[in-house]
Amino acid sequence: MAAVLESLLREEVSVEAAVRWIARSAQSSEDDPGEAAALSALQPLRKEFVPFLLNFLREQSSRVLPQGPPTPAKAPGASAALPARAGGQPRGSRGARSQLFPPTEAPSTAAEAPLARRGGRRRCPGPARERGGRGPGGPEEGVGGESVPWAGGRRLRGSGSPSGPSLALSDPPNLSNLEEFPPVGLVPPGPAGTKPSRRINPTPVSEERSLSKPKTCFTSPPISCVPSSQPSALDTSPWGLGLPPGCRSLQEEREMLRKERSKQLLQSPVPTCPPPESGSPLPSRTGNLTDEPADPARVSSRQRLELVALVYSSCIAENLVPNLFLELFFVLQLLTARRMVTAKHSDREPSPDALDSLENPLFQSIHDCVFFAVQVLEHQFQVLSHLDKGTLKLLAENERLLCFSPALQGRLRAAYEGSVAKVSLAMPPSAQAVSFQPETDNRANFSSDRAFHTFKKQRDVFYEVLREWEDHHEEPGWDFEKGLGSRIRAMMGQLSTACSHSHFVRLFQKQLLQMCQHPGGAGAAVLGEAPDVLSMLGADKLGRLRRLQERLVAPQSSGGPCPPPTFPGCQGFFRDFILSASSFQFNQHLMDSLSLKIRDLNGLALPQQEPSDDGESDVDWQGERRQFAVVLLSLRLLAKFLGFVAFLPYRGPEPPPTGELQDSILALRSQVPPVLDVRALLQQGLRAHRAVLTVPWLVEFLSFADHVVPLLDYYRSVFTLLLHLHRSLVLSQENEGEMCFLNKLLLLAVLGWLFQIPTVPEDLFFLEEGQLDPFEVDTVASEHGLDSVPVVDQQLLYTCCPYIGELRKLLASWVSGSSGRSGGFVRKITPTTTTTTGLGAQPPQTSQGLQAQLAQAFFHNQPPSLRRTVEFVAERIGSNCVKHIKATLVADLVHQAELLLQEQLVTQGQDGGDPAQLLEILCSQLCPHGAQALTQGREFCQRKSPGAVRALLPEETPAAVLSSAESIAVGLATEKACAWLSANITALIRREVKAAVSRTLRAQGPEPAAWGERRGCSHACEHHAPLPSHLISEIKDVLSLAVGPRDPEEGVSPEHLEQLLGQLGQTLRCRQFLCPPAEQHLAKCSVELASLLVADQIPVLGPPAQHRLERGQARRLLLMLLALWKDDFQGPVPLQLLLSPRNVGLLADTRPREWDLLLFLLRELVEKGLMGRLEIEACLGSLREAQWPGDFSEELATLFNLFLAEPHLPEPQLRVCELVQPNRGAVLAQS
Amino acid sequence: MILTKAQYDEIAQCLVSVPPTRQSLRKLKQRFPSQSQATLLSIFSQEYQKHIKRTHAKHHTSEAIESYYQRYLNGVVKNGAAPVLLELANEVDYAPSLMARLILERFLQEHEETPPSKSVINSMLRDPSQIPDGVLANQVYQCIVNDCCYGPLVDCIKHAIGHEHEILLRDLLLEKNLSFLDEDQLRAKGYDKTPDFILQVPVAVEGHIIHWIESKASFGDECSHHAYLHDQFWSYWNRDRVSLCCPASLVTGITSVSYCTWLGIIHLGCDV
Repeated sequence: MAAVLESLLREEVSVEAAVRWIARSAQSSEDDPGEAAALSALQPLRKEFVPFLLNFLREQSSRVLPQGPPTPAKAPGASAALPARAGGQPRGSRGARSQLFPPTEAPSTAAEAPLARRGGRRRCPGPARERGGRGPGGPEEGVGGESVPWAGGRRLRGSGSPSGPSLALSDPPNLSNLEEFPPVGLVPPGPAGTKPSRRINPTPVSEERSLSKPKTCFTSPPISCVPSSQPSALDTSPWGLGLPPGCRSLQEEREMLRKERSKQLLQSPVPTCPPPESGSPLPSRTGNLTDEPADPARVSSRQRLELVALVYSSCIAENLVPNLFLELFFVLQLLTARRMVTAKHSDREPSPDALDSLENPLFQSIHDCVFFAVQVLEHQFQVLSHLDKGTLKLLAENERLLCFSPALQGRLRAAYEGSVAKVSLAMPPSAQAVSFQPETDNRANFSSDRAFHTFKKQRDVFYEVLREWEDHHEEPGWDFEKGLGSRIRAMMGQLSTACSHSHFVRLFQKQLLQMCQHPGGAGAAVLGEAPDVLSMLGADKLGRLRRLQERLVAPQSSGGPCPPPTFPGCQGFFRDFILSASSFQFNQHLMDSLSLKIRDLNGLALPQQEPSDDGESDVDWQGERRQFAVVLLSLRLLAKFLGFVAFLPYRGPEPPPTGELQDSILALRSQVPPVLDVRALLQQGLRAHRAVLTVPWLVEFLSFADHVVPLLDYYRSVFTLLLHLHRSLVLSQENEGEMCFLNKLLLLAVLGWLFQIPTVPEDLFFLEEGQLDPFEVDTVASEHGLDSVPVVDQQLLYTCCPYIGELRKLLASWVSGSSGRSGGFVRKITPTTTTTTGLGAQPPQTSQGLQAQLAQAFFHNQPPSLRRTVEFVAERIGSNCVKHIKATLVADLVHQAELLLQEQLVTQGQDGGDPAQLLEILCSQLCPHGAQALTQGREFCQRKSPGAVRALLPEETPAAVLSSAESIAVGLATEKACAWLSANITALIRREVKAAVSRTLRAQGPEPAAWGERRGCSHACEHHAPLPSHLISEIKDVLSLAVGPRDPEEGVSPEHLEQLLGQLGQTLRCRQFLCPPAEQHLAKCSVELASLLVADQIPVLGPPAQHRLERGQARRLLLMLLALWKDDFQGPVPLQLLLSPRNVGLLADTRPREWDLLLFLLRELVEKGLMGRLEIEACLGSLREAQWPGDFSEELATLFNLFLAEPHLPEPQLRVCELVQPNRGAVLAQS
Repeated sequence: MILTKAQYDEIAQCLVSVPPTRQSLRKLKQRFPSQSQATLLSIFSQEYQKHIKRTHAKHHTSEAIESYYQRYLNGVVKNGAAPVLLELANEVDYAPSLMARLILERFLQEHEETPPSKSVINSMLRDPSQIPDGVLANQVYQCIVNDCCYGPLVDCIKHAIGHEHEILLRDLLLEKNLSFLDEDQLRAKGYDKTPDFILQVPVAVEGHIIHWIESKASFGDECSHHAYLHDQFWSYWNRDRVSLCCPASLVTGITSVSYCTWLGIIHLGCDV
């Protein structure tokens, strides 16, 4: 491999040709024959070039970046990332990192495998490919093709290939010693290694930053730009800026600190940072502890660096590297490298012949690194310019970049100023519960009352668990399983029937979507998971904060540029819920439900319309984008959980199986049908140009695959398709009808991320290259889909790929100065437009199909809002139509049913027969009327739709357009309504009639009949009567007074009693507040009161002598009560209680016993028809059976006889009674 | 009407181990003349219920029941007309109605072959005339009419208050022209748990959005609020996307999210 690079360096082969060679195996006609010959000789190595290049670069930079930020590395062979292992991966083990791309041993290159293995340590991912036709080397180059002999490669291989430059050093370091050569970007564990990098540089306050303080003239070159080949003592500040005088003392202090620390360092046994040699040209006198200034004038071998940068950039541009953003991250690491670890050779001028060999280190100094980085960044400007505003600002403000390429800096600054891509980490609204959905959650959807009520309980338990999680999951020591596990399992245990499972899964899924649609920090911040404070703070304080955080916590929480799949925020709840529930049924239902929802959303018709230029449809366009974002994020979320659940049984902490075991597992697993046919969906998506929607969720799904999955034929073909897609997304090609830039960037980012997932084999990316053809996707250039519509913006890009934000963090950590956020000069960007035509692919040739096609064509020529309006109107009117039919036609039928039922009951007697039979009879009579529904529905849609369309479309809509829109709306609404009605009307009528029948039959029951006819208040009633509760309470007080015990001074006045009964009358006449139980109790209390009156047991306030009610008063009160009983109570009054042993017994306690009131009462009862004589006689008869004192029994018997003796004519009897009354003694005397 | 937390605490303080009788309530009224009887009774009732919940168990040990029953028997043998049962209840600090139930159960156990069913006992408590023993019937009746915190009459009063306040609330909503769905309409739609009213158009009250209203018609102390929160309000939230008034506001700022009505408080569900 080194041979290829060498031949490039010797300019024997042009970069273009090399990249073409790498990208496509076949030789192209453009290739110079000489080049072709040179390269074809190396053919077997073709596939290994990119891994070699990437590893080579990483290795070369290892001296520069030992203490850099988190390394962009994927550890091969790492065990499957378990969901809980958030954040652990990116810091991957160094050992693993050093063989990021282990030797490939594909059959085709088997012969060269040993060579390849010695070809260098495999490292960081990253591809190299030339952008089409832009390379500096022209086709005339490469004449020396024959001078790149196979032998040359061998020579190289023999001498220096394992660790290229290091062999040329007098003291070849042991590269396998991880202490000496830590992987790129890792923070070595040793104190000496870590300390320097965590040094926090004090902020020189007066330092000016061009963008932050626009008032300073931007054109005047800052001091720092003057290349100073002899750095002065002053110039040792970071990035070589002279400090103003005011900072002198600070500078001195730092100097002392530095000395102190270097002393410590020298004592430290860890050899990570060898003490600088005296020959070091670097300005630091005390060791390599500060950031070195970078100086463009001191770059060692420009030409070589330029060339490598070009090859590297070309590989990036051609998507030959697995992960674009990882490479950018690496480059930015180089740009912001603080200093060189070993600088022994940095002063050596490269010998002339060293240029064409790899024996000299590529990066001999910080200057080289920065130069290389800036070169690459220049080539990648297009990508950079699409990053968010914050990143652009940091880049534009980077002093090194300004020094090395003012032109690039100028472009970046312009891009920054023009960018509107502010990525906000806005908080979503707090989580809310899924509302009760009457159409799916009501009783009718459950098999039994029990299932319904169980689900009701489960819903409550689920939310209880959720709330508890919200409250506690942040608390240290709180454990999901311990806290909630058993409750969740108990709940799952109750979900016995399949139906309940599906109900619960629906709730679960809805809640998931509701809470987690805004991924990442969003939900987390609200629901308590530590938000990424750093990224919220922005560049200002971020650098310092970040380093402060590094000091405080060794492993950073930030996931690096390639974080493993995680469940941030409230997603964690759902993951843990699934794990804790560990219910097979639940998982299966969940997978079913997720798959269905994914299919639905993936197939959702999204706008294929491009934004037009006028402002108002721009508003529409925002809506379209938002809608796309919502759909995409939902899909990703669902797919993530689907992947999680689907592969859950296959994942475990143990390493992936190998050999025979693997074969048998493969044989077994290949039998299992995929949970969701993702391959078909992907193929469809690619064909329909909807990759921008399909691929991001597919990646989420695949990211949870276990180690075996990529080896299965089915999924391997999916990966192959994705690889093919990845390669085809060349960012520099922006053709008419091609995918939009940001759409591509999103896909590249998610795919790049996927290729770094530990479970995806490292070799997949490079091995699969050649095998694309069978899955070639037929992309017809004339067809356009979602892909060519700019649906992705930076906000969505960063939301989907938060790891891109690592670039910003890296840059920010470089900045230690404070830079207030300048309020940028926002210039509006009109989104790029491409014309698209998205008609259905297979035109159905029926007239209906033609009609639909015509409608499509019509919409195509109109603004998208028109289509939305029409579809919306149709949807609503259709739905309203159904409701209207329910409220009119069905309600009428139900009413008819009730009438029929009444008749039936009258004719057939009270029970009217079997209810089921009744229902059948009724339905057979009524259901035929359902046919009217369709006619009525059509009428309704016809009547309502045009008005709604007219109201919603702009006034200025041309008449022809309007009428077409109206008729389409009518048609769609009718179609929708009629489809529903014809399918459901009979069932609907049945259901409603059934409900009505059971209602009617219940109403026939004995219970309400006993209440008789109930009257409401009179019309004039103003509902000012005392409240029933008040009256019960008042009467209760009187009763308790009467029953005692009471204090001597307690009692009631006769007036109060009269007033009370008056109020009772009012209350009974105003029915507004009266409920049956209250009336019952009032009735009973009034009877008790009457008994107490009769027994003369009510203590009366007044002169102590007279503690009794006067006879006349007592009668008046009794008459009032009788009137109430007769006229005002609507419910039954338990008058028989008057003659209960207990109440009659009250009389026994009074001395002398007075019977006349009782007799009076009984007569009145009979006279008013409140009680029959026989009834009273029966009561009196049973009274005699009770045990009484002897004399009382006698008196009771007398009373009984007296009552029986009375003639049955009521009217004169009353008179007699009145006459008798004054002479009470006489009555008793008669007995 | 506003009741501050301090006032509430003062009232509650006065209610420590006070028997739930007419006399106690009268004293309370004299002590706090500015508060309505309804409010005082509601607080009294709640405080007393809390007290009973705490001490309930000790009255239900078989030893305790036996000793109460014997004391009752001894008492009525001496004088059947004296308020034996009531005084016994007051003496052992137990609700008279509950004491009556206890003794009645014990009595029936002794006199019937089969242990009495709950419905029989409830029916006898509602109508003591059904009690076979005349003396016991009188004793039980006396307990029931003298108990202002427990018993069928008190239950009925509470129920009536709840009903009345729903009506009052409905009138109020109609008067204010607020469109709402009531419980019956919601049930007809198939909701399993419903508040009294869901507003079809939410309203803002003192800065809080009100989605639904539940009338509890009782004093909203912390304890009952928590209980309702658990039993009902969360269920509404689970179904109607409504947050709740925080419990603290009920105690300290009853004013801000709820209003005192004839008896107790109507809680308003609201966004915080």
